[in-house]
Amino acid sequence: MARLQLQNVTKRYGDFHAVRDVTLDVPDGEFLVLLGPSGCGKTTTLRIIAGFVEATAGVVLLGGRDVTTLPPWKRNAGLVFQNYALFPHLSVAENVAFGLEMRKVPKPEIAPRVAEALRLVRLGHLGERLPRQLSGGQQQRVALARALVFKPDVLLLDEPLSNLDAKLRQEVRIEIRQLTRELGLTTIMVTHDQEEALTMADRLVVMSDGSVRQLGTQQDLYERPADRFVAGFVGRSTFLEGAVEASGKFRTDGGLDIKCPNGSVGPASLALRPERISLGTGPLQGFDNQLPGVVDFVSYLGANIDVHVRLPSKERVIVQIPNREGGPDLRTGDSVHVGWAASTGALFAGAERGAEALR
Amino acid sequence: MVQSTSSADAAGHLGERAKSSGFNSRRIGRYALNGMAGLALAYILTPLFFVTWLAFFRQEIPSFPPEGYSLKWFAAIPGNDRFINGFLLSMQVAVTATLIGLAVGVPAALCLTRIRFKGREWLNSLLLLPLVVPGVVLGTALYVFHVETEIHTSIPILGSLGGLIAGHVLVVIPWCVRLITASLAGSDRTIEEAAQSLGADRWTTFRRVTLPSILPGIVAASLFGFVSSFGNLEMSLFLVGPGRTTLPIAILQYLEWKIDPTIAAVSVLQILLIAAAMLITDRFVKISRVV
Repeated sequence: MARLQLQNVTKRYGDFHAVRDVTLDVPDGEFLVLLGPSGCGKTTTLRIIAGFVEATAGVVLLGGRDVTTLPPWKRNAGLVFQNYALFPHLSVAENVAFGLEMRKVPKPEIAPRVAEALRLVRLGHLGERLPRQLSGGQQQRVALARALVFKPDVLLLDEPLSNLDAKLRQEVRIEIRQLTRELGLTTIMVTHDQEEALTMADRLVVMSDGSVRQLGTQQDLYERPADRFVAGFVGRSTFLEGAVEASGKFRTDGGLDIKCPNGSVGPASLALRPERISLGTGPLQGFDNQLPGVVDFVSYLGANIDVHVRLPSKERVIVQIPNREGGPDLRTGDSVHVGWAASTGALFAGAERGAEALR
Repeated sequence: MVQSTSSADAAGHLGERAKSSGFNSRRIGRYALNGMAGLALAYILTPLFFVTWLAFFRQEIPSFPPEGYSLKWFAAIPGNDRFINGFLLSMQVAVTATLIGLAVGVPAALCLTRIRFKGREWLNSLLLLPLVVPGVVLGTALYVFHVETEIHTSIPILGSLGGLIAGHVLVVIPWCVRLITASLAGSDRTIEEAAQSLGADRWTTFRRVTLPSILPGIVAASLFGFVSSFGNLEMSLFLVGPGRTTLPIAILQYLEWKIDPTIAAVSVLQILLIAAAMLITDRFVKISRVV
């Protein structure tokens, strides 16, 4: 268990930057999640920490020790793979014992430590089985025990839950988090699943195109996204394109005047969280922005309902309303009113329009 | 009224017939497939069956029907030095050639599957080439090579045991490379990374993780390499020296003078040996899974 530092780490393949100038400081015992779409460099970053990829530039420090050029077997990092990568020819107990054997732990000490690790993941009774005789969830826990048993300086999890079914995934999230907290493990997890990331992390790193877009807590990312990409990737946002005409006044391309937070004058996008917009069948009161609209599309999600509302300017916003008993029965074409506070919108300067607008 | 009923009847009959003919054609198809499979199997097994039967005939000249049965041809084998020495030499050559073939084949297969380099496809084809070159051609080429080498370097390679084994290594290598490559391609590379992350260096990873996971391929490669070397006749004819005869050559030479059931008895023993090797191998590694 140790502090992990990455200083200006870069990995280039020819002209392609897989990882671009990443700097992270992970204190002892923190659970840090690297979040981003596929190809954003998060897995490469993890592999640089594990030692399978050598950084083109930059330094990796583990517990203050420079491990940048050390091979994986000299790093003392516990790694859990997406497909678990258990040794198929070894029993569960032998799998878990492998790391201890490699560290030349005396034989009589190995058995109790293996038993302890298997007990931690609640598989104490399955030590004699072969991996293929276990379910996916059990294999996942063996992989975890194998990575924990030798007390690694850092635990690295590479999409560890993506091969589990949805229900099991929710349980295992909590289990892993409790375990790492109990053991005080410094943990880096890579995932593209934001719900998973938000549930498990102490802090999160949002990456795209090899760079860190934002580092912070769940609240930081959600309430104060650093840029348009983060606003679209963490949670959902509707983006209205336009320009800030004066501080606090935004005019959309379609010609709507909207009150917004203070920002510098010029082209900008305004991001709105769907659940922060109110919706009513009659005129609303008490909001900085109150607009009439027409229901374009309704998607029923169970606990919530997404209502796509077309504003007078033809621009659309998504409104998420809780599915309460006696709520309005909305259909395409219905007239509605939407309203939101000026502070709800997040402004991003520049006409940075991309495919990430709606997620 | 009557008409309409009969036409409805007719329609019903038609439908039934169509259904039953569909059912029949599927059944016929299945019989035909099983029949063909049986025929093919019989085609393969017939020679083995007759050889085995013949080995127990009492009379010296094979003719039907047998005049009686006897084990004397089997009893005669241990007294025949040519067969015994041929068997011992074939064993020695096949075992040595297989071991050398593995020593070359495993690293070659590792390179071919793990490292991307220019000419990889070309090298792969080259290593499989001895499999497609006819044995006589291979034998002639090696013979000429041995003669020339001996003339120029005066190393006594022609007809030597080393020369014979070297030739057999050529026959074994394609099997090793082919089967081990297939087995490596199917093995999961992340388990090697897992081993390294757990503290195993490259060599330990190979020994403890890679090797066990490709063991089925290695066993299959040894088996097929051994069998192809043990049974090799054409190439060996060019490479054996005076007083050094492999079992297939000993059988051929015996046949030039006699056609008594001794040959059949020797063949039966050979079949049993190879079958035993297969069965033992199959206990450890399911052959059907690697071939």
